[in-house]
Amino acid sequence: MYTYPVKVSNSPSLVIETRHLRKVFGDKVAVEDLSLQVERGEVFGFLGPNGAGKTTSVKMLLSLTAPSSGEGSLFGAPLSDPRVRSKVGFLPEHFRFHDWLRAEEFLQLHADLYRMPRDLAEKRIVELLDLVGLTPHAQKKLRQYSKGMLQRIGLAQALLNQPELVILDEPTSGLDPVGRRLVRDIIRDLRQKGTTVFLNSHLLSEVEITCDRVAFIKHGEVVRTSTLQTLVEGELSVEIRARNLSPQALEGLSRWGRNVRADGEHLTLTVDGEADLPDINRYLVEQGADVFALRPQHISLEDLFIQIVGTDGGL
Amino acid sequence: MSVLVIARLTFKEASRRRILLAALLLGLLFLVIYGLGFHYIMRDIEKNFDSSRVLELNEIRNFLLMAGIYVVNFLTAMMTVLTSVDTLSGEINSGTMHTLVSKPIQRWEIVVGKWLGFAGMITLYLILMGGGVMGLIYLRSGYVAPNPIQALALVWLNGLILLTVSLLGGTILSTLANGVLVFGLFGVAFIGGWIEQIGSFIRNVSVSQTAVNIGVITSLIMPSEALWKRAAHEMQSPLVAALGVSPFSSNTYPSVMMIAYAVLYLLAALALAVRLFNRRDL
Repeated sequence: MYTYPVKVSNSPSLVIETRHLRKVFGDKVAVEDLSLQVERGEVFGFLGPNGAGKTTSVKMLLSLTAPSSGEGSLFGAPLSDPRVRSKVGFLPEHFRFHDWLRAEEFLQLHADLYRMPRDLAEKRIVELLDLVGLTPHAQKKLRQYSKGMLQRIGLAQALLNQPELVILDEPTSGLDPVGRRLVRDIIRDLRQKGTTVFLNSHLLSEVEITCDRVAFIKHGEVVRTSTLQTLVEGELSVEIRARNLSPQALEGLSRWGRNVRADGEHLTLTVDGEADLPDINRYLVEQGADVFALRPQHISLEDLFIQIVGTDGGL
Repeated sequence: MSVLVIARLTFKEASRRRILLAALLLGLLFLVIYGLGFHYIMRDIEKNFDSSRVLELNEIRNFLLMAGIYVVNFLTAMMTVLTSVDTLSGEINSGTMHTLVSKPIQRWEIVVGKWLGFAGMITLYLILMGGGVMGLIYLRSGYVAPNPIQALALVWLNGLILLTVSLLGGTILSTLANGVLVFGLFGVAFIGGWIEQIGSFIRNVSVSQTAVNIGVITSLIMPSEALWKRAAHEMQSPLVAALGVSPFSSNTYPSVMMIAYAVLYLLAALALAVRLFNRRDL
């Protein structure tokens, strides 16, 4: 097989960099070709349908799984270097932990694995239990915890070492609104402190609120990367209500936008930006149409997701 | 040192498990029954005590001691395998491994840490049980077997080998498959050992040579039974040694080379476990 002449840059502003990461299990390709660059301080959303290879990608970043080919780095060091993980916090997808431990013991164990000095760890554990609202349950065994509580203690675990990079794999799936709110607030706090967050999620409303930049992954390949701002502000869906519109005039609308659809006096089309709106209005009037309403609507991330990934969910 | 953190975690986990508690309770029950049995047998014999039969008395004590340590050897093996068989495969399966491996830790530290944790548990168990049997006999009759420390050390080595094989299997097999593997190997060694022993009683040279060869080969595949035979040889009374007849030992006993082989076997299995776990996708 041809291997790329892979070079991993040591640019200090890049927290995550991968080049053509590929993972094959038997004859099943889990990740086809993953090339990513995540900059310091950004909240990066990693989006894709179930089975697109998101979790496998995260596992490669953390060296839980070795790539079949390709290369990557965290903070400029190769993924396989365990030392670099002292700067990383990770909340795995199903948050399964050693449930025979008490919450406090659990955090102490992970602080030990981060090689934190005891006095610092004790202080940090008190802070974090408070942050995730588990102080009254610190002496309970994790076995007695609900799913939401496990997620909270898992988050605390991922923040013990005051990481420079936090990787969250589906942190809010299956959680109640209060739990989701907590995750959102924590991500916002992290961003303010300049921490890089890699958020693996298919809950688009969460991503829409929290992320600076997103990558769409389909069939184990990044199909699009964009800042959330250009994604959501760039494309507009316009809803028009107009009468006396000739078929020729309708055709002429495709000059400005895509997906032109007409249903009686209701029209919808997608345009590139708000600047097009006055032109469209002028054009319609010139064509002799009576315009009652012209409503721009920002496309939700969900619509965009379906546009990019497809309704088949990438299966 | 992360390896010590994992060792402590493993020891703590094992000690909080019901299985160890069950093993301890059964062990204590065994010690009680064993102690009572020994006491009443001794009392019966002492009733008809005849000073010319001091030697015979010591033979009986030795025989009972060997029987006790034989049970301890077996219980240690069972307890070791049952507690360690799912420690890697179980944590890989459930996903608890993910939060460990994503820390600044190397994978060998997890394997070796777990090994140390279980080794500590085996050591304590063996001191309690082996020390219990020998202590009961000493307290009741003042009898001390030859080479008690060497014998217990060999039983200990046997436990460590089973532990290592159990960890090795856990790096690639499911818990169930691993259990089948370890008990299977243990069984093969056991049968091979008895074939060898029976062979050594048979006068026919060609038959006995084949039997001995089978024993040697199974000892190389899994040295656990050979270690027991050597342990029994260490403890047996000089008279039995001269006669060469006992259910627990035989006139053909494993050499020091076999002990060296067992130690190498253990180290190789541990190295292989580390290597396989390093490559494992979690």
